[in-house]
Amino acid sequence: MTEAATRASASGGAAATATPILSIRQVIKRFGQRPVLRGITLDVASGEFLTILGESGSGKTTLLRLIAGFEDLDSGEIWMGAERLDRIPAHRRQVNTVFQSYAIFPHLSVFDNVAYGLRAKNTAPTEIPERVTKALAMVKMGEFAQAAPAKLSGGQQQRVALARALVNRPRVLLLDEPLSALDANLRRQMQVELKSLQREVGITFIFVTHDQEEAMALSDRVALLRAGLLEQVAPPREIYGEPATAYAAQFIGQTNLLRAEVRDGIATAGSIVWRTFGANGAATYSLRPECIRVVAESESASPRSPDVTIPRFRGRIRNQSCGGAMDLIEIDCGAPSTIRARIPSPGILTGEREFEFTANDAVRVREGEPE
Amino acid sequence: MYSRAYKTAVTIPPLLWVTVFLFVPYAILFCYSFWSVSSAQVILHNWNLQNYLQLVHNPIYLQVLFRSMRIAASVTVLALLLGYPLAYYLSFHAAKRKDLLYQLVIIPLWASYLVRGYAWKTILGSDGVLNGFLQYLHITHRPVEFFLYSPFAVIITLTHIYTPFTLLPIYASLEHIPRNLVEASHDLGASPWSTFRRVILPLSLPGVLAGATFAFVLTLGDFLAPLLVGGPSGIMISNVVVSLFGAAYNWPLGAAISFCMMLLVVTLLFITERLEKRLAVS
Repeated sequence: MTEAATRASASGGAAATATPILSIRQVIKRFGQRPVLRGITLDVASGEFLTILGESGSGKTTLLRLIAGFEDLDSGEIWMGAERLDRIPAHRRQVNTVFQSYAIFPHLSVFDNVAYGLRAKNTAPTEIPERVTKALAMVKMGEFAQAAPAKLSGGQQQRVALARALVNRPRVLLLDEPLSALDANLRRQMQVELKSLQREVGITFIFVTHDQEEAMALSDRVALLRAGLLEQVAPPREIYGEPATAYAAQFIGQTNLLRAEVRDGIATAGSIVWRTFGANGAATYSLRPECIRVVAESESASPRSPDVTIPRFRGRIRNQSCGGAMDLIEIDCGAPSTIRARIPSPGILTGEREFEFTANDAVRVREGEPE
Repeated sequence: MYSRAYKTAVTIPPLLWVTVFLFVPYAILFCYSFWSVSSAQVILHNWNLQNYLQLVHNPIYLQVLFRSMRIAASVTVLALLLGYPLAYYLSFHAAKRKDLLYQLVIIPLWASYLVRGYAWKTILGSDGVLNGFLQYLHITHRPVEFFLYSPFAVIITLTHIYTPFTLLPIYASLEHIPRNLVEASHDLGASPWSTFRRVILPLSLPGVLAGATFAFVLTLGDFLAPLLVGGPSGIMISNVVVSLFGAAYNWPLGAAISFCMMLLVVTLLFITERLEKRLAVS
């Protein structure tokens, strides 16, 4: 097993060991000659909020469409419990989708849109009004039941789309960048609502986005997709704190990549030297900007013996910009060129200063293409 | 902003055109319909309602009018039955063959009407292709007479000629249906047939209505097909008008019929336009 896979199953496994509701196994999908998904294996736990995160073209929407049944896979399997999902047509799958562009039926009222799925499945007519009303109330659209979709704003259509999917009580709800068309404020508000809604209904959510902040804020686990392969699957804190790869470290939050030479538990990157546990040889480390502290000038002046657990390095302040709670500082320290640090209220820094970090915060990451 | 002179310059020519070539002739036609013809074949400018009364009282005219409407309705239904599935296939399933098939639908429109009319004559005639084929297969022993020179022949010919006119607006309205609505319907548990009935068909109705209007109105006013393949039993109202303005030399009666026809068509267009607006949802 590869390092990433071990890591993924070790960390992500915690949530997924309880019988997975959805099991994606070695899924490959090509469009013509172009491979879009190159072997995806992923278990989704019942009741979890899983985000598939990736750049455009990484295959995240394709993966969602395979689960929904809008595309056929080239090889691999998708299971829902004991049922082979990829062999049955979309309309018989117990999943529902919230589309990026909402896909509200323009010729039906809000009520009829939400009732659509219930009617399609021949739900008892007496049961329909109650369930539709409840679903619309859940997304705070109760008063719009008789409205025509064309009269609704983007955010309202979004809510209707959500109610239309949830009213069917799907086993898994698929959300394809549902918030990307909303403006920033509405988007933040919907994120909060979406998360509390998911807790309330207890349905498994698979959420696709290219926005790493959104992924971090909403998810129980994040599956980072890169060029058709899973880079890392882990809870947000873990993927941030212990990124498996340089790509993951850079894609989720900002980071400094230190290319170091490791010998006998000591890593050396230019003028920076710290203790590590990795094997000997060339290695890349990710050091988050907020892990770097500035050393007080009084303390910095007195020489001290080199400490590899709290290593120090000197560098010239190249740029300092205010970032609200934290200032972003660019440090020119010669060999690893520029290092970025995020330091809370450091005052105005000038000239050459000394910085320090904790050796354990430098996380060894894999570089290059995922295997 | 455009100057007043420019606006006047671009507005006047079309207004002039419509007035001279549309309103004036129609006004003259309208006047004619209240005049009469003397026994000496002179048009008398004595205003009366004789022509309109004759239309109501003489069963011949109403009979031909109803036959024309029956033929128009048959052509409309057939054109829809042929055009809709093809338009649906083109829009949803043709994929790579789409352009080629679309061209094949369009090409007949480039061929002359007369050529297509005569083509059906050679197919439906007593010693035509169809009869020859039926006799070859020993399904019939004598040529079937009613193929040609009958309302049936008119319906077949006009269906052939006007189906592309029906297909094109249906195809356009199908192309306008966002594909994610179809996916959403499947996603919500509706089968392909149910999706067609509840999403695709309702959203394509404006196109169906436009296509049906084309077929009905164009057929109702057609006089060449009945002339070529209709025979005495396939005579349509426009043939009556043609003969009244020609050999029969009764311009006033011809004008009255024309005017009634125009009123019928304008009413129909008005109704379908209102319906289309109600069906069209943004």
